[in-house]
Amino acid sequence: MSQRPASLLPKTFRDWFKSRGWKPRAHQLDLLAKAGQGRSVLLVAPTGAGKTLAGFLPSLVELSERGGRGFKEKRGLHTLYISPLKALATDVARNLEIPVAEMGLPIRVETRTGDTPSHKRARQIERPPDILLTTPEQLALLLAHAEAQEFFKDLRRVVLDELHSLVTSKRGDLLSVGLARLMTIAPQVTAVGLSATVREPDDLRRYLVPQRSTSPLRGEVAPEVREGAGSATITNVALPPHPGALTRSDPPPPKSDVSDLGNQERITGTPVIRGEDEERLADLVVVQGGAQPNIRMLDLDERLPLAGHTASLSMPAIYALIRTHKTTLVFVNTRLQAEYTFQELWKLNDDNLAIALHHGSLDVSQRRRVEEAMAAGKLKAVVCTATLDLGIDWGDVDLVVNVGAPKGASRIMQRIGRSNHRMDEPSEAYLVPANRFEILECRAALDAVHEAAQDTPDARIGALDVLCQHILGMACAGPFDLAELYEEVRSAAPYAGLTWEDFEACVAFVATGGYALRAYERFAKIVKGNDGLWRVRDARVAQQYRLNVGTIVESTMIKVRLGKSMRSRPGTVLPRGRILGEIEESFAETLTPGDTFLFAGEVLRFEGISEDEVLATRAGAGTDPMIPSYEGGKFPLSTFLAARVRAILADPFEWDRLPLQMTEWLLQQRRRSIVPGARDLLVETFPRGNRFYMTCFPFEGRLAHQTLGMLLTRRLERAKLKPLGFVANDYGIAVYASGDIAARSGREPGFLDELFSEDMLGDDLEDWLAESSLMKRTFRQCAVIAGLIERRFPGEKKTGRQVTISTDLVYDVLRKHEPDHVLLRAARADAATGLLDVRRLGMMLERIRGRIIHKPLDRVSPLSVSVMLEIGRERVYSDNADEILAEAEAALLDEALA
Amino acid sequence: MTALRKNKETTHEIELKGQPALLDLTGAMYLPQHDALLVADLHFEKGSSFARRGMMLPPYDTRETLAALSDAVFRFNPKTVIALGDSFHDIGGPDRLGSEERTALSEVQQGREWIWVTGNHDRILPDSIGGQVVEEMSLGSLTLRHEPASGEQAEIAGHLHPVGKVVMRGRSTRRRCFLTNGSRCVMPALGAYAGGLNACDAAFKPLFPNGFTAHLIGTERIFAIAKAMLCRD
Repeated sequence: MSQRPASLLPKTFRDWFKSRGWKPRAHQLDLLAKAGQGRSVLLVAPTGAGKTLAGFLPSLVELSERGGRGFKEKRGLHTLYISPLKALATDVARNLEIPVAEMGLPIRVETRTGDTPSHKRARQIERPPDILLTTPEQLALLLAHAEAQEFFKDLRRVVLDELHSLVTSKRGDLLSVGLARLMTIAPQVTAVGLSATVREPDDLRRYLVPQRSTSPLRGEVAPEVREGAGSATITNVALPPHPGALTRSDPPPPKSDVSDLGNQERITGTPVIRGEDEERLADLVVVQGGAQPNIRMLDLDERLPLAGHTASLSMPAIYALIRTHKTTLVFVNTRLQAEYTFQELWKLNDDNLAIALHHGSLDVSQRRRVEEAMAAGKLKAVVCTATLDLGIDWGDVDLVVNVGAPKGASRIMQRIGRSNHRMDEPSEAYLVPANRFEILECRAALDAVHEAAQDTPDARIGALDVLCQHILGMACAGPFDLAELYEEVRSAAPYAGLTWEDFEACVAFVATGGYALRAYERFAKIVKGNDGLWRVRDARVAQQYRLNVGTIVESTMIKVRLGKSMRSRPGTVLPRGRILGEIEESFAETLTPGDTFLFAGEVLRFEGISEDEVLATRAGAGTDPMIPSYEGGKFPLSTFLAARVRAILADPFEWDRLPLQMTEWLLQQRRRSIVPGARDLLVETFPRGNRFYMTCFPFEGRLAHQTLGMLLTRRLERAKLKPLGFVANDYGIAVYASGDIAARSGREPGFLDELFSEDMLGDDLEDWLAESSLMKRTFRQCAVIAGLIERRFPGEKKTGRQVTISTDLVYDVLRKHEPDHVLLRAARADAATGLLDVRRLGMMLERIRGRIIHKPLDRVSPLSVSVMLEIGRERVYSDNADEILAEAEAALLDEALA
Repeated sequence: MTALRKNKETTHEIELKGQPALLDLTGAMYLPQHDALLVADLHFEKGSSFARRGMMLPPYDTRETLAALSDAVFRFNPKTVIALGDSFHDIGGPDRLGSEERTALSEVQQGREWIWVTGNHDRILPDSIGGQVVEEMSLGSLTLRHEPASGEQAEIAGHLHPVGKVVMRGRSTRRRCFLTNGSRCVMPALGAYAGGLNACDAAFKPLFPNGFTAHLIGTERIFAIAKAMLCRD
């Protein structure tokens, strides 16, 4: 195992490496050796380590040895490559063509994405290529194809690229059950996972191999190889195989003939919980990171504001950095920040540097132009959001600037990895905090980077809505046996703990909706035949499945069109201009005509919504855009960084490592109020105007804080303290009321402990969920993924009386009549980590139990000023329709009285 | 929580052609001068109608709609109930009605005059559902029909499922509503799965050339909102 002679490589390959002036890297040979032994492998390597080539090398070698084939000769697919991005698949295909062409290998490489024309798709099924590059959604479609069995039966290898990013979402759930199906069709298949550094590689190793394989040959023992970057020395840390691992086999799956929705006893009896000794892991090859990254915090002499995310003061410094580097990637957290930063940099751009903008809402053609210019080395800098996070090769980036909060240690390291695509040279990066809290966050992130500490999220538990989609897909592929499918699904790591009851509920959902009131038996989408197998009722059901496949439910987007003002009739705007891109409908609906906003690198004036487009004109030169709402990044500060931030805050010795302005600010806080300990929650109360304020800083991220704010206001209302509203940001919240919270707390010791007690996650949460628009949005996504309602496609016009149904109405009815329905359970599971981040809130409430420190003040403290500044800038969250309506009604009265 | 809750103001009085009309939180309207309760667009069995096409919506919409209907009927206890069309989502709807729902329906019909006005979804209604079936009718100076007619008519109609959307300082809400200019009223849909058409839609323009007031159904009461305050979707 420890021998990695280059002789593993056929001569053609050795010559090719030599001709390029390369030497095969140790991990590439390792992977080749392991793959040769028929093992599944996880390769963990930083950017620039030649990961992708390593992943394909075993297949290229095998295919080269297989020899050519005649044009007509039919041969099955050999290797399937899955990438999270269509663009990445295309990019990799291009890169793969180089060695194939240069070595003259008889290998056909093709991509299959949403853009692949139908004749080519049909031909691919008819005559599969040797290597197919595609996405998780396309794999799901292929597996639901009637020809899936034939198409995949010769498959040898699956290569999963950017696995660390795939597994964190429902796409990863969908891919995991797809992988399980592939391994049923082709038991000889092995998997190669390519990943950036993660906190728990074992989670990914589990993902790659069947967790309940009936074949004892794959992936039970877990040898582990670590190597120094670029060095040939090997430290072979082989874990002792678990005793009995090789001999143990799972109890056989129950016989199919007893499987029936009404007859489940035999199946429920199979053990669900597996002990350590049954751990099934893919082998691991780790390439240690190259040189330590050269990463700093941008330290300005100027004072940073207490709130805000625009980093406007840092723009000249960022511009100076761009000037002195070859190519710079400027990462920001949100589309609005991207727009702002781009705009500001161009204001400074006296040298006319080629600075471009790239974010997911821009028109595709515009994005492609930027990507091409980038790859061709024509750009000096690109301001971009997470859309450029993934491993597409962007040429020679020598500096990464991250504007705003890093959010997570692993996240920032992956971004930094974009610079210096050669792993042996240090990456160059700057963190640019936009406010004082972000200084803390940047400090914590820098520490984490230096310790190479990782904070990637925990492994997912497979979502039930995704499972519903998969079950229907499997029925489309062909008749299935319930118990066999159950076993297959449970072999996928995210679903390893799936109970028979949940599986059955999903099957029942797919068939008839799975309601206690069995009203739809005669309309069932999948039915059990006399042979005991389940199949789709008709071709229309299969068609429905194909249109709804996938787990990405875009928030409804609306196109932005540049309008033309009519000279002759001022105030009239014609929809004659080009489409600039798309914005979220929810953003568009907060705009009123005359509002100015940044989009596609321009300041636009909102003119109105015509049919299904936003109509906008260019705002006059020098107009300041009004950004109505800063949507904090999708990601909250990781729990890991949050803990570090609290620790820095709590320890005055740590303050020395912070810029002077921070130290002064914290000293002031200590003089005027308290600086809380790392595990404490400081609650400050103070009067201001004719209101009473309560602030606290849990550092759990905006989403968890919003949920906290909603629940706190409910509880304050019950305590008759007349809450008026609250604002939340990533760091803390401020709640305001007309009742005196401090006085109540003074009279009733324990009042605040009671207010912040964990039982708010009980009835209060339930009550709020009943009307929460965030919960309804979450439910909608589950309903679409599970196939309850059909997807609305972008570009489909909304007509007056469309044949659609509002999921909000369905939510209300279902919640009332069947609160434990599988879809509601799926939505609740999502709410725990998604838009409501309930789990994070729960962890926080548990942490601070008995550790709340109340500090009544007579005015706002230095710390609390930061969140108070959000008032007026931020939306005040409320799901109380009557409040909004009362306000609108009052406007009518005012009008009448005027 | 509940102790704090103000009593619901379930009705909201407006004037229609000089006579009082009580708008109800359920979406029904009561005309005291005629002792008549009006409801529109019940869309019974919409769920099962979708299920036939493979969308398995929760099969509880009919009982939910019936619950709202019974609530209004038993509170006002009117001599006459008039359903303004699209009472069933499709022609097969009455046949798919579950037995519990069938019983509940006859209970509310008991002891009162029940009139089904036909709509585009339910042009034909079987005798089995009780009551009498008409295409349109008059109640004093008011015409009652499913689809609002054009021109300056004093009428009460349904069909369009009006909803009003209000955005105040970044917060928005979208609720069912009654639209009226004092002589014409378009009623909200009462059906649990009946969606809505935004009151700013062009379809309402010819009906209310000089504008309207929207009476939006909130959680606790009904709010009169000026047309200018309403937003598009």
